[in-house]
Amino acid sequence: MSILIDADTRVLVQGITGREGSFHTREMLAYGADVVAGVTPGKGGQRVEGVPVFDHVEVVLENMDVDASVIFVPATHAMDAILEAADAEIPLITCVTEGIPLWEMLRAVCYLQDKPVRLVGPNCPGAITPGVTKVGIMPGHIHLPGNVGVVSRSGTLTYEIVWSLTRADLGQSTCVGIGGDPVVGTSFVDILGLFEEDSQTEAVVLIGEIGGQAEQRAAEFVQAEMSKPVVAFIAGRTAPAGQRMGHAGAIISGEGGRAEQKIAALRAAGALVAEQPAQVSEFLYEAMG
Amino acid sequence: MRLHEYQAKELFATHGIPVPVGETAERVEEVSEIAERFDTEVAIKAQVLAGGRGKAGGIAFAATPGEAAEKARDILGREFEGLPVHRVLVEEKIDATDEIYLGFILDRRARRMVFIASSEGGVDVEETARERPQAVQRMIIEPLIGLRPYHVTRFASTTDLSPSLWGELQEIAVSLYGLAQETEATLVEINPLVVSQEGNLCAVDAKVTIDDSALFRHGDIAAMRLVDDESAGERRAREAGISYVKLKGDIGCMVNGAGLAMATMDVIEIHGGEPANFLDIGGGAGTDRVMEALEIILEDVAVRAVLVNIFGGITRCDVVAEGIVKVLECLDVDVPVIIRLAGTNEEAGRRILDEAGLETAPSLAEGAQAAVAAAEGCE
Repeated sequence: MSILIDADTRVLVQGITGREGSFHTREMLAYGADVVAGVTPGKGGQRVEGVPVFDHVEVVLENMDVDASVIFVPATHAMDAILEAADAEIPLITCVTEGIPLWEMLRAVCYLQDKPVRLVGPNCPGAITPGVTKVGIMPGHIHLPGNVGVVSRSGTLTYEIVWSLTRADLGQSTCVGIGGDPVVGTSFVDILGLFEEDSQTEAVVLIGEIGGQAEQRAAEFVQAEMSKPVVAFIAGRTAPAGQRMGHAGAIISGEGGRAEQKIAALRAAGALVAEQPAQVSEFLYEAMG
Repeated sequence: MRLHEYQAKELFATHGIPVPVGETAERVEEVSEIAERFDTEVAIKAQVLAGGRGKAGGIAFAATPGEAAEKARDILGREFEGLPVHRVLVEEKIDATDEIYLGFILDRRARRMVFIASSEGGVDVEETARERPQAVQRMIIEPLIGLRPYHVTRFASTTDLSPSLWGELQEIAVSLYGLAQETEATLVEINPLVVSQEGNLCAVDAKVTIDDSALFRHGDIAAMRLVDDESAGERRAREAGISYVKLKGDIGCMVNGAGLAMATMDVIEIHGGEPANFLDIGGGAGTDRVMEALEIILEDVAVRAVLVNIFGGITRCDVVAEGIVKVLECLDVDVPVIIRLAGTNEEAGRRILDEAGLETAPSLAEGAQAAVAAAEGCE
């Protein structure tokens, strides 16, 4: 088993005819993903990499079933794509797009809470179940099938750590990027809960960063609910307060946003916290015995 | 994007929130002219995007135009958190009988805006919340209904404020929320909102931060960015779509991805160095953006070594390598550049660097070590 996505996941690509959308459709197909349809308004009837394109989501669902959507629509229209997918009740909506305005997210969060859908992201690399399928933009070849679950607020930092796991022969069950924005659809806690219940996952790597208190809430969950070992890395110990470090959510402001506070909370909860990315695999071997 | 106090007050005024009469000045003579015209005691306030301005001496009061000039001369010559003061706001001084805090800020956990109000204005509200939590009220605001007058009544009834002022307070709070919603702010704050001796409410200080992701549809606010708000490097980076933050150290960093860029800084520190900057070239950067990024780093005179750390996903290592080689060929670069490439097209990237006589580090840790050693060697 894995979490969120498996061999049966039928994928819809929103924004499939764009540069990013078409490129990653090819990459996802090459990795083995079952990309069944794409959407770009006004481009219905075309094909991208053999995948049929439709004008909107509802008409896709009249023709086939979809389990997950991945969104490559530019920031100015990405929220529209999220809401359209939610309206169609696609169970898993993954939004790669960075730069969705905060107030749009605040309203969307309210709309989505009553829908039978899960939003992952925005501003995230998506999810991959190594050797099986991927719904997102991460390079497939750095992954290895296995038993370590990975959840992260970051993109390339996740690749760095996953690649070090793969080289240390520590395969992954599923890797999920939850996104670098201050408000996201799916939290660390949501994903930790799924990994805890997943029979394939034996240990979890959590990759956090400065800003907000999502890591502290993850720590509470680790302490109270997790039986599986957790190894963490928190980026941004050297970042100054009050300055945005790239990600909209990576800014130390208010309580609890500093790396040291997150590291302390996770350690107190029994997680092993690596000092640098290369140490994660070492700690995993230690934690998994 | 953080606004200056005077800019935030301009927004307040257009939204019907009362603010003191004031004008900005860049020269000492202007300050005394303004003070003379106002013919009252004045406040002179540094307009600088740094926190803790009041405590650090960035606000002064003057009873005469001469005194105003003297105080302005001092403030205009100062720096706060390394930022020089280019202008001051000169305002009529308001004598307060009571000070309140009102603010709206994003609550990341609740995924809502939260209304924060305190009967103890004029001080750091986070400190008040820590020391006397009962003095600070927090109310989660549902975006579908927004701030309602009853929210404000709930707060007002806990204060010493005369009920005759509750209506005015409601109007100000509702306007402030309206302003936040309309401008897509991540923070709006009045600290303090004072009750004047005449019994009126007035916003004596103003803080507004606009969501960078929403600026594309707020051209009027984006245009408020002043030339002296950012360094040449920061401006150049922003215009090129590069995230860049200048830091205190001497090792320049060029990285793809924000999390990896932070981790790279951390690893430099673990090996005894100090990063000169945070820099994320973003996803799928072309040769031009890579060149721009490297040039911004190399223009920083504090930089004694550069560490390039690329983990290619969308970003291609060969494109990055081409950009690096071009910059090193065109510019007379006298600081060592240490390069670590991994991921998409790593081999091709290495080949390009090899042909140009540039070496690559096998890992981030080894790259960081080499960069720290190189920076020390320059001293």
